[in-house]
Amino acid sequence: MTTQDLRDDEPEALHELAIELERKARARSIPDVPVGVMSCKDVDVYYGKFRAVTGVNLEFGRNEITALIGPSGCGKSTLLRSLNRMNDLVDGARVDGDVLFMGEDIYRKGVDPIEVRRRIGMVFQKPNPFPKSIYDNIAYGPRVTGMKVDSMDDLVEEALTKAVLWDEVKDKLKQSAFGLSGGQQQRLCIARTIAVKPDVILMDEPCSALDPIATMRIEDLMQELRQDYTIVIVTHNMQQAARVADRTAFFTALADKGTGDRTGVLVEFGRTTQIFEDPRDQRTEDYISGRFG
Amino acid sequence: MVSTQTLKASDLASSGRGERGVKSLVFMTLLWLSLVIAILFLMTLITNILLEGFARLTPALFTEYPASDPDRAGARPAILGSIWVIATTAVLTIPLGVAAAIHLEEFADKKRWHNRFIELNVQNLAAVPSIVYGLLALAFLSAIGVQDKNIVIGGAFALSLLILPVIIIATREAIRSVPEEIRQGSLALGASQWQTVWRNVLPSAVPGIATGSILALSRAIGEAAPLLLLGALVFVSFDPNGLLSGFSTMPIQIFNWTGRPQEGFHELAAATSIVLLVLLVVMNGIAIYIRNHFQTRW
Repeated sequence: MTTQDLRDDEPEALHELAIELERKARARSIPDVPVGVMSCKDVDVYYGKFRAVTGVNLEFGRNEITALIGPSGCGKSTLLRSLNRMNDLVDGARVDGDVLFMGEDIYRKGVDPIEVRRRIGMVFQKPNPFPKSIYDNIAYGPRVTGMKVDSMDDLVEEALTKAVLWDEVKDKLKQSAFGLSGGQQQRLCIARTIAVKPDVILMDEPCSALDPIATMRIEDLMQELRQDYTIVIVTHNMQQAARVADRTAFFTALADKGTGDRTGVLVEFGRTTQIFEDPRDQRTEDYISGRFG
Repeated sequence: MVSTQTLKASDLASSGRGERGVKSLVFMTLLWLSLVIAILFLMTLITNILLEGFARLTPALFTEYPASDPDRAGARPAILGSIWVIATTAVLTIPLGVAAAIHLEEFADKKRWHNRFIELNVQNLAAVPSIVYGLLALAFLSAIGVQDKNIVIGGAFALSLLILPVIIIATREAIRSVPEEIRQGSLALGASQWQTVWRNVLPSAVPGIATGSILALSRAIGEAAPLLLLGALVFVSFDPNGLLSGFSTMPIQIFNWTGRPQEGFHELAAATSIVLLVLLVVMNGIAIYIRNHFQTRW
């Protein structure tokens, strides 16, 4: 898209162009090999006997946005949930291999999943504010984790400001979070995650329940957050991955020839520009061009 | 392409199968009839009690003690006794029932056979006749060597056993209605499971727990059978003044007065029934108010 395509009455087109330019600029700025905050080494995820994900090796670069894409049932959400031990809550879930966070295997004996989840936050598919005031939603994390806070008011303001929600809610902090729109609720959930000062933010299809305008705002927000955090996002929307992600990992489901069991595998991982413009694997190309999935 | 087909006026006309068909009409009538019968019986009962007891609904009913002369008798110790027993029952049952429900719902591994066994039994216990709990309380008090079993704490113990399963079930329902996403959201912020339950799940469940508890207590307040088994006094001439105090309750007093030959006592029984009914309506009203005004809508 070039500037000639734009007319004044097309602010969205302008927005798209801005994102496009930003993405190109960023593609140049990220290192060839990600400097990992987190990485997966030969990770298998099981639910009981069922192997949902097999043999994943990935590196999530510091201050980068990594998108996990692929057809339904390819295990991308499962993998995401094993990155902060949210999968522990599922009966029979088990992880083989190493999920390294700053060099430490988060599944090593003696690692506290509660501390893991504070350092590696998560934003869910459906906005899930607590049935509390906007203020208490943000203050909840710092309170339960026993963070040393000089001024909770300042912390709440800071988190809401970072999530670009402050101006919309500053006059109604004591009101219920349920009064916010879906998009605002999701930004509140992001603010809530930021408030406990995590290093990594995992996002599980954060925009799938939102309208296009709200989606756009969350995507803008992700670009802001990228300055301070490492972000991993699962998305069904390939355009979204192309718009926001620095690197993209494409997964697919493979059927075992003997048993017919399907399991998720990582097909290709690289810069988003490379994955979308010059995929090396035929399956990636087929998926990107809409031939399957 | 836009369809050009149009409907004839008759296409949407009633075919006799719809809401106004004969069969539906008959069915609706039957449903209404069932409702009318139920309401009719209730109304008859209430009117009857009101007519019989209204004249005796005097301050004396609340200030006087039972006496051999109906004109000098009142239900003061029974009313106070009911309050004592129910308050003690609430204090004993609600914390225990809520704690049991939290354990079953949030912490117990549902795959373990013993947890499923406990669940099943809680359901069954809710259906056990109240007199069985009276027997159990009697046996228990005898076993620990209590001589005089007609004491406030003893009666409260029997009623607690009776409504404990009801409170556990109501609390579990309330806890279960808190969406899983809320728990996940809390855990993902680095909250422990205990913090998640205590600070997030339980506050959201409080209206449901309160409603269930009040309804359970209003069942207990109307019970006479288990208390009779404990040897409840029917001729109490003092105010209950502690957990070890002897007591009577309204249902027991009503039961006793109804059995007397004098018409005056029947009127007193009816008047006491009115007091009990008003108390029940108020309790249920509070429960409904809590449910409508404080319940979180997800």
